[in-house]
Parts: sequence; C-alpha cells; structure tokens
Amino acid sequence: MASNREATPYELAHQLAWNRREFIRSAAGVALGSSLLPSSLLARTGVPISKRKVVVITFGGGARDQETFAPEGQENIPHLMRELIPQSAFFTQVVNRGILGHYVATASLATGVYETINNFASLPPEHPTVFEYFRKDLKRPASDAWVVAPSNGFNRIGESSHHSYGPGLGAKVILPKHLLTAATSGGGTDYEHLLRDSYETPFYTPELSGGEFELQQLGNLLKLSVDDFKAHALTLSSPDELSVYIVRQLMRQVAPSLLWITMHDIDIAHAGAFSLYIDGIRRTDRLCADIWKTIQSEPEYAGKTTLFILPDFGRDSDDDSGGNGFQHHRTGDALSRTTWMMALGAGVREGVVFDRPMESTDLVPTLGSILGFSASLSQGKPIPELL
Amino acid sequence: MLPSDLKPEQFNGYPPEARKLVAAHVAVLRRLPLSFLPSLLREAIEYDFKFPAERRSLEKELVNLDSLSSDQLKDWLQGFAQIRISSQLERSDWINAPAQFVEQLSSYLWTTHQLDAFRTAALAYAERLRAAVPPEKPPIPRLGITVIGQGVTVNDAPLFRKLRPHGAYFRAVKPENGVQLLLNIAAARAKVHPVPYAHWYIDGGQAAVHDPALTSVSYHALEPVRAALSGRIRAEIDRPGMGPENLRTVMAQLRPGDLGLANSSDAVLDRFQVKMLTEGSGTQIFSTTFAQWTAREALRRAQPLTLLVRFAPRQRQKPMNEMLSASHEVSELDPLGSLVDADMGAYYNWLNLQRLPGAEQSSFLAWFEGHNEALAIGPAIPRGTESNAATSLEQLLNWAS
Repeated sequence: MASNREATPYELAHQLAWNRREFIRSAAGVALGSSLLPSSLLARTGVPISKRKVVVITFGGGARDQETFAPEGQENIPHLMRELIPQSAFFTQVVNRGILGHYVATASLATGVYETINNFASLPPEHPTVFEYFRKDLKRPASDAWVVAPSNGFNRIGESSHHSYGPGLGAKVILPKHLLTAATSGGGTDYEHLLRDSYETPFYTPELSGGEFELQQLGNLLKLSVDDFKAHALTLSSPDELSVYIVRQLMRQVAPSLLWITMHDIDIAHAGAFSLYIDGIRRTDRLCADIWKTIQSEPEYAGKTTLFILPDFGRDSDDDSGGNGFQHHRTGDALSRTTWMMALGAGVREGVVFDRPMESTDLVPTLGSILGFSASLSQGKPIPELL
Repeated sequence: MLPSDLKPEQFNGYPPEARKLVAAHVAVLRRLPLSFLPSLLREAIEYDFKFPAERRSLEKELVNLDSLSSDQLKDWLQGFAQIRISSQLERSDWINAPAQFVEQLSSYLWTTHQLDAFRTAALAYAERLRAAVPPEKPPIPRLGITVIGQGVTVNDAPLFRKLRPHGAYFRAVKPENGVQLLLNIAAARAKVHPVPYAHWYIDGGQAAVHDPALTSVSYHALEPVRAALSGRIRAEIDRPGMGPENLRTVMAQLRPGDLGLANSSDAVLDRFQVKMLTEGSGTQIFSTTFAQWTAREALRRAQPLTLLVRFAPRQRQKPMNEMLSASHEVSELDPLGSLVDADMGAYYNWLNLQRLPGAEQSSFLAWFEGHNEALAIGPAIPRGTESNAATSLEQLLNWAS
C-alpha cells in the first residue's frame, strides 16, 4: 500500500545507497558483495604488514549522485566508472553523522571520531589522528606519514591536541598553495589561479600556525628547485592539480607509508556556478586516476598499496527547500550525509559492491587493521569486508 | 533570559510596524521555547521590509499560535522543547539580534549533534502550520519564464535535460525579438493584475527596456552597490581579529544606506537587493549565481504571479580577490560556462516555482535566447514530449497556460 508519510533519514540513506549500487552494477558491471568473505584478504597478498602502504584521497569537497554515479552524472566521472570501480570494492552507504564542514569533517575522517572543533579556526583535532596512532604504535619516523592538503585552513590536520599524542607524533602537512606563495614570494599573478583557498569562506585565507612544510624542504626532500616548481606550476590549472603534482614528487622521493590527500576543487560549488562545480568533479575524477596510475608505476608502492577514495560528505538535495541544491551542504539532509567509499589495491576484492551502512568514522580503525596499529580512541569499527 | 520573561518594552528597538506586530502577540511569545522563538523574531524584526505575501503569512502564523491552547502549543512544539540550549545562547541578546542567535544556534546544533532533532521538529511544525493555515492560492495561475544563453552563438551540448521529463521540448522556436516579446507578456499580466511585488523581471546583466509595472532587479544596476560592498569586505578582512563568522555577521547587518542605496523610493526592494548581495553566496562575483539566487528568494518571499529571469554571461573564474576587486577593467566573460549555469538555474527556477501554492496550475517557459530551442511546462503540455514544428514563444506560452 502506498504511504504518504515522508521517508525517514535512514530510509532515504538506504534508498540512496541502493540507487548507487544499481547505477554502478549496471554501468561498471560489478557484483554485489556479501559480508561472508574469505578472511585475511590482506594476509593473502603476501605483503608483510611492515611493507604495506595506504593512500587516502578525500574526493572533495563533496559531490552528489546526480552529478557522479547516477546515469546522468556518469559522464563526469569516466575514470572512476571505467578504470577504478571495476578494480575496487565499493561501499555505497557511508554515513557521516558529524558536522558537515570540510575541515572538521576531514578531521573526523582522520580521527575516527566526530570532531566538534570550529570548522573555520586553525585548530588541531581533539582526538588522536590516524597519523599519530600509526607513528606511535609502530614507531614510525615523521617522514612516513604525510598529508597534502588544499587549503591553508588544513595546516593543523596532521596531529591532535590529545594529551597522549599530539606534537611531534603526527604527520607532516604540505600545503601546496602555501608553498607556491612562498616560492613566488607572495607575488606573481600567473599563479593566482592555483592559490584559491577555502570556498566555504571565500574571502579568507587563514593565518598559518603549525608544522607546515617549509620552503627549504622543497629542495631537500622533494628534490625540486624553486624554479622547477614554479615552472611546472605554470602548466597546471587548479589547486588540486598542484596538490597532485606535489603528491607525485612525495611518492617518488619520500615514499611515505601513510599518505593522505584532500581534494578541494569541487567545493567551488559554493560560488553557485554549476559549470565550475562540474569542471571540479571532472578534474577530481581525472586526478584520482592519475594517483592510482602513480601508485601502480612507482616501485615503492606497486603491489603493496591500498588506495581509499571517499568524499568527506555530499551536498544538499534539490528536493530540500531549505537548501539551494548543489551549492551548499548546510541542510544536513540524507543526501548531504550519505556518501560512498571505494577501496582498491592490495588486499581488496575487485569489482564488488557492498551496500550495508557504515560510518565515515570506520575508516581509521580499518586503516589500523591494515597497517597494524590500534585506533583505540576511534568511535568507528573496522570494515570486515576489507580485512 | 528566557521567553517567559519577555516584556513588550523589550521590543522598543524594533522598527515601528514590527514592534506593533510583536506587541500584539507577546503573550504567546512568552510560551514558546527558546529553540523556536528567535527564528520567529528573525522574521518579525524584518516585518517593515517584508513583501506583502510574507507579511500575511507571518501575521497568520502568529494568530494561529495565539489560538492554540497550552496543551496544543506543547504538542505542536514538543520537538523544539526537547532541544538543549547552552547558557551562553540563553544569555545572548536574542530579542534584538535574533538572526545572530539563529546562526549561533545552528552551529551549536551541529556541535551537539542535535541538528537532526531540530530538523525533524521544524518539519513537523511546518507541516502542521500548512494544515492549519493553508497557503494562499494565487488569484491567477503563476507564470515563470527563464531566458538563458545570452551571448552564446554556438552550443553543441543538449539543453533543458532536467526539465524535459516535465514538459515539451521545442526545436523550432522563432527567436526574433524574443526578449521584448516575453517582457511585454509579463508587463501585460502586471497591468491586468496590479498586485504589488507580484510581477518580477530579474536580469543577470543589463536590464532590457521594460514596463515600470514590473518589479525589476538587475546585476548591472547594482554595480555601484557591489563595488561598495567589495570595499567593505576588504576593509573588514583587514581588521585584526576578524574571522569568517564575524564577517558574515557584519555583512548581514549592512543596510541599503551603508552601500549607497538609501535614496530609492522603495525601501522594501532596496533591503531585498542588499540581502541578495550580503547573504547570498557567490552573488557578489558571478552574475549567474546572482540571477538564480535572486529568483529563488523572490519566489520564496514575494510569491510572485509572474517571474521573468534572464541570465547573462558571468565573468570567467579568477582568484577571489581579483573577482572581488572594484576594478573598472572589463572582465573576461565565460558565455558557455554561463549557459551551463543558467540551464541548471532554469531547473531551479522551475523547482522553486513548484514549491508555491497553485503549482499544479502554473506554467513555465525556458528559452535559449536568440536560438530555436525552448522548453514549456504547464497543465496542458504533455510531459516528456518533443516537437520540431515551427512555433513562436507567444504560442508556447498560450499552450502552457
């Protein structure tokens, strides 16, 4: 019998996940996964735990199904659809129950706890980050955990203010835009298209404080001269392209075992121009595939790396009169909270879709299980389908 | 301070009409939970500058609240009553600065994981209010017109894809003199049904010649206001201790006079236009965003009978500080990107038109300016159909209505 009542957020999230699964199954030809899986997938890869690497990409800042996985949106993500999804385990229902601001949501992803810090302040997460668990538990050096982040507001994401962890135990953070500003001595209009900062607060570039990557390390660590860096930057079209350029250098020269990349171009949607939002999705799609190719071609990474791609959250639905569709992520509706995740590479079953609900806080404990540390203060649970 | 302590004189800072309105209902305001009341006051404090449709709906809401018994009121607002409020919020000046309170409440709800509960309470209340005080039906069916693609000579991408399932797509529309023809149709409706703020013309560029019977807003006409706003933003950003949240508050408090718009004879429209620029995101820099957001707000607030929106090319994307600068250099335009923006904008205009009472009788036309493509939606138009027959815009509107 038909019902006139409004669907609950749970029902909407489930429906969204089901649609996503069907879209992907029909377009990418993948199978529906079961939770009854062979155990110890990672162990069966033969990669010893000490050699495993993990790369996390946040597909930011949030895209909706109708512009991505729905039939009308698939033209915007050809690389995800044709190249990555067939090789991945795809989770259709990743729910974010936290605050839907990009910094605080990324901090929540990185801690496995729904952080409540001010999204617009330069503050560290309050709970230990995945980088701190990784480095402290496994006694890894600072060079083994890195974050490449788009916005200067992300400069504190590498380590928390937690009393048992915190300073000296986190990840090094590279802010490519900050680096480029330093390399060009703050000038040079040729580079300004690469220096756009937060789209949530477009008039502000936050003051930096924290352990951001210094200019002199450009040469020492990444083996890049300032001139080469500047010359290459001129060939790029967006801040995320600049980030991926730095990521490649980092992978070649430093080869960290835990690498976290936050993409941000899509968040231009806040300016309300649909074409620029779509351009951002297409670029992010291409850049994700570029990173996967780099993983496969770099000897330090090939065959021993698990790649995770997930948005920090979605964007508002067209159906919610309280929002303005794709432009923002303010309503907290099911569409803006329910997103997806793909995992591919070492230890991952290829071409399967899982549509049971999971939370975005489940990522950190899952990384713990893969890399061999305990995310003891995380609120999430390891994802059994990946273990 | 809690609502139960309210006294009429505490509203002395409100504009005169708003003060009168609130004073007439202070007894029921005292009985409302603090998680709810400032949202109502945020509307009430703007009463003097609201459109007639908004005024009527606020008045009816207050009368309805007044008519509820204690038990009924408790039942209506039980979801809000369960929301926990911090003592800091309780102490804030929610009487005189209700919008700031609501902004801080929103942040508090996110932080304390109460947003879903608040959302559920708000939806339940809105549903009951709609049932108790049904929205006014329009005196004539509404008409929405959206003109997109100004400045585009060749376009290969399919248009109106989101709208096509809801109406008929025409490939052979005569484009000659189309903008003027549509403006004349809008003006004719305004003359036959001369209701204040009921017939709008919003232009994302320079407004075409139009009848003064239309309420008109254009991005071009607001250029001095945008320049003044950019100057204010730059000055505020440079102030020590200014952060994004403070800036938002400062912008929301700007009035027409602060931006050189004080001499107009229409204070309601002036306030509306300033709000488009100070509260809209991206409206200051992209004309396509301005046109879409202004149409959305005009529909939501003024509930017009006629709305003609014409998109114009926006500036090409550049760094934010450049786009904000008040440079007199001619900006490089992005007509094709703007066409994509406007195509989505047309869909949003239709969606927002559908949210108004009488939606089932309303009609909608989207036209690719200067070209042969158009899309018509209306009670008599078969959905998901296409036509290659030569036709005029006027004929399409006749079919759609």
